[in-house]
Amino acid sequence: MTHLTYIIPAYGLAVVMILAYAIAARTRMARARTRLAAIDPRGRDPKRT
Amino acid sequence: MAAPNLHRFANPGQFLRLSGWLLPWLTAGGIVLTTVGLGWGLFLSPADWQQSDAVRIIYIHVPAAWLASAGYFGLAVCAVLSLIWRHPLADMAAAEIGPVGAGATALCLATGSLWGKPMWGAWWVWDARLTSMLVLLFLYLGHIALIRAFDNPERGYRAAAILALIGAVDLPVIKFSVEWWNTLHQPATFKFTAAPTMYQGMIWPLLLAAAGFSIGFGAIVTARLRAAVMERRIRGLMMARAQESV
Repeated sequence: MTHLTYIIPAYGLAVVMILAYAIAARTRMARARTRLAAIDPRGRDPKRT
Repeated sequence: MAAPNLHRFANPGQFLRLSGWLLPWLTAGGIVLTTVGLGWGLFLSPADWQQSDAVRIIYIHVPAAWLASAGYFGLAVCAVLSLIWRHPLADMAAAEIGPVGAGATALCLATGSLWGKPMWGAWWVWDARLTSMLVLLFLYLGHIALIRAFDNPERGYRAAAILALIGAVDLPVIKFSVEWWNTLHQPATFKFTAAPTMYQGMIWPLLLAAAGFSIGFGAIVTARLRAAVMERRIRGLMMARAQESV
């Protein structure tokens, strides 16, 4: 395969970027869910609300 | 008739229920389609007779470019929903779309640069297509900054919504820049009025990658929006507790 020095950084950047956004979103959602479950007086699971 | 329906779906509880059901499907669809599209593009699709294997960057660059424009169009739709109908979720959706759209735009510019160097001999040229895409990145960054620039969040949302509407002018400029001006960037492969000029063995992985990127974008924005709705509820509960204790 030619031009690997350009192809690998392009694909690597895409994979890293997608993973970073996905992990950040999932972590933020999990943290919010845990905090909400701890303080919500209705005691409902935010997943089901 | 339209406004009550919109507000029914704008109910945060309704949104959490609907998005909780939708999110796993979006995540799975995004992962599968992106993996298949990029794997096909990288290992199985043919090399270009002129560009050789460098053409494989297209399977990232073009979906990222489409997403960058589509994400900004989403911001403009949120701006309309916010400014005209005061849709409760529109401002929050815009705040969550902005950073993801900026990432897609940055990815498009970076992969374009990586593609441009071996093909054009330059990492960057002040070409109409590239410049209008760079303007789009600055519009995204301006939108992100404006939302956070005011003590009163409502003012930030309003200013950002106005910027999103004004900045939407850049979208047709990006789309038609390769027709309106003589550009180093190649003309559009996909047009509304003509069949694609691309080889079939390249179209399918490109469409799969584009579908995967789009669904993945939807999944990330939905997850961020779910978190934002829950964070707002947490702030509301904390405020209520603080007022009770006074």
